[in-house]
Amino acid sequence: MAATALAALRRYVGRWGLIIALAALPIYFGVHDLTHGYQAGLAANGKPVIRHDLSELGFNLVEGLSNGSIWALIAMGYTLVYGIIELINFAHGDVFMIGSFVAAGFWGSIGLGLSTGAGGLIAGLLLTLIVSMLVCGSLNVLIERVAYRPLRNAPKLAPLITAVGFSFILQNVGLLWLGGSPTGVSDLLRENDTVFKISGVIVHRADVMAIAVMVPCVIALTWFIGHTRPGRAMRATAQDPEAARLMGINVDSTISLTFLLGGMLAGVAGLVYALYETTVWYFQGFEAGLIAFTAAVMGGIGNVRGAVLGGLIIGCIQQMSDSRLGPQWTEAVVFGYLILVMVLRPRGLLGEETREAG
Amino acid sequence: MSELRAQLREWREALSARLPPWWSRGLAVALIAIGIVLPFFFSQTSGFINATIISLAYVVMALGLNVVVGFAGLLDLGYVAFYALGAYSVGWFGSSFFFNSHIHVLVSGIAKTEPGIHLNFLLILLCAVAITAIAGVIIGLPTLRLRSDYIAIVTLAFGEIIGVLAVNGQSIHIGHGETLTAGNLGIPALDLPYFPVIGQFNLLKLRPWYWLIFAIMLFVLFVNLRLRDSRLGRAWIALREDEVAAVSMGIPLVRTKLKAYAIGATFGGMAGAFLGAYYTTVNAGQFAFSFSIFVLAMIIVGGLGSIWGAVLGALLLSYINYYLIPDVLNSLPRDFGLNFDLTQLSFGIFGFLLVLVMVLRPQGLFPERRRRMELTEAITAEDAQLAEGPG
Repeated sequence: MAATALAALRRYVGRWGLIIALAALPIYFGVHDLTHGYQAGLAANGKPVIRHDLSELGFNLVEGLSNGSIWALIAMGYTLVYGIIELINFAHGDVFMIGSFVAAGFWGSIGLGLSTGAGGLIAGLLLTLIVSMLVCGSLNVLIERVAYRPLRNAPKLAPLITAVGFSFILQNVGLLWLGGSPTGVSDLLRENDTVFKISGVIVHRADVMAIAVMVPCVIALTWFIGHTRPGRAMRATAQDPEAARLMGINVDSTISLTFLLGGMLAGVAGLVYALYETTVWYFQGFEAGLIAFTAAVMGGIGNVRGAVLGGLIIGCIQQMSDSRLGPQWTEAVVFGYLILVMVLRPRGLLGEETREAG
Repeated sequence: MSELRAQLREWREALSARLPPWWSRGLAVALIAIGIVLPFFFSQTSGFINATIISLAYVVMALGLNVVVGFAGLLDLGYVAFYALGAYSVGWFGSSFFFNSHIHVLVSGIAKTEPGIHLNFLLILLCAVAITAIAGVIIGLPTLRLRSDYIAIVTLAFGEIIGVLAVNGQSIHIGHGETLTAGNLGIPALDLPYFPVIGQFNLLKLRPWYWLIFAIMLFVLFVNLRLRDSRLGRAWIALREDEVAAVSMGIPLVRTKLKAYAIGATFGGMAGAFLGAYYTTVNAGQFAFSFSIFVLAMIIVGGLGSIWGAVLGALLLSYINYYLIPDVLNSLPRDFGLNFDLTQLSFGIFGFLLVLVMVLRPQGLFPERRRRMELTEAITAEDAQLAEGPG
């Protein structure tokens, strides 16, 4: 009797526990805002204005979704590479960092500035996007060629160490390039201008931009993987490299293609990040890489939609934690949630059982 | 290339056949003797001895991580947590940090009169072992159902959470104005170890520190060697190779895995406590993710699962990081007339060396004998099949 009750409880927790855990934070803050109110700036007489509505929470979620879009773009690169060769590509975050540096350097050198007109700005940024994608894509392919391909048949953890090695090398490049402290870049989009306001929730230009870049990328990537010949080759290689080779798929060039796609997405993320945060520094890739990898795992590693979902969720958790608990606790909150996800749903949010390693 | 390798193997076999049966024991005794007298060839404050002390502490760390990752096959990216807990054991139980308490056990000098908790260094080591063993089990529990790479991320998460707690411990009040940690300011002025015969350690005489960590290292090495050949060690390797098969042979999954976490953690805690005392401060900034990666790189470069590989990899990488790059090579660019310091390139060089070693020798410098046998056996079996021809 007790055993069946326990099993029922376990099933219940397995199905609903994660949803309850993820919804707990916004619901708690929402109820808190409605009952206790929150301070929304100062009135003319210097007294704090206390409001009782959900617009603060809504603002957190909008900022979270836009910030999460950047994590989603990086996380897709992690998840693609993991899906195909089961490698945690530690250098990926640093490729993204190089993307930011290239983008900021390139738009500076073609003369984009605060005084550039709208048409010139759009053309210039598109050009910057292409350059940053090309640089990051080819950098990622190069890293694969030099550091991972020679280790294809080596023990499983060997490429992990070369990945770490390349991560250090790229960080050192970034350090020599722009120095050890965050460097401001010109705020081309005037990212803090309000685009529109829905029932008290302010949406900034940067938010619109990040989401507007992320969504087409996700659609293009899922279409590419699902509906083209190279995409099918990627899925086949991910499922079973040996069988894929026997079916006439060139496994090496398929893996290179995967790294190219991942690198290009990192390049997109690099540009978006530079426009969004308006600062770049050599350590940003390490931090973003950790968050994005967490996002990929949370969503179920190897699954593109899962990576996007994980990125968006982590972005929202971060924003809520930043504004309510203080930014110094955000990392612990994010990783605490990650452990909860792993305990309640060990294969991630959207993950399926993948091929067992070894 | 393969002919050269075959020739080398032949020579090695010929050599080991000709050596007397006691040679490995003799070699061990000789190495220990060299280890003991080594500091007499250097001054008390030499940079080399300083680097050696730190390197030996890293050897202990690497041996601990090797139990978890090498033996049991549980990829742990949060090993820094145990370094932090070990170092904080010294901060908590060997300084005036908890200024409301007055506990003194077997200490001498100023530590006897100051407020706070002051325990003898050996007792602190025991505290560190207890704390890290419990932490190891707590970290291990949620990973039991997970696959290898998910284990990596959960341990990483725990390591980061411990790091965040260390940084923000200043705002965690545990009563009467005392806080959990001192954050980035660091807990200053830790007690220097004191032993009845040797006396009080100090930072101008490095030899006692060296012998202390050498003794700890020998102890951990001995435990590791015995563990590897024990029932528990074989259970770990069986779990690593095939979990399903091992469990169906009656190996208790939960207990065996948790023991790996706990034992690996205690070694990290011992090394952490030593390093905390040696640096005489516990600063939250020391406990970054890159530390976990550094130790992991040591055991993989050395040869995963191999005890001698872990020792060698740890010595190699920490000498490169703490001696070769900052002390020896730093003036090299100036000698060539280039105007920069090598320290600006230090982690780039480190990364380059990691890539180079792994590409040239993917199985590590000193691969585990069992794994080497597997690799060569597979090759000879293939050769035999080829020799038979298509059939």
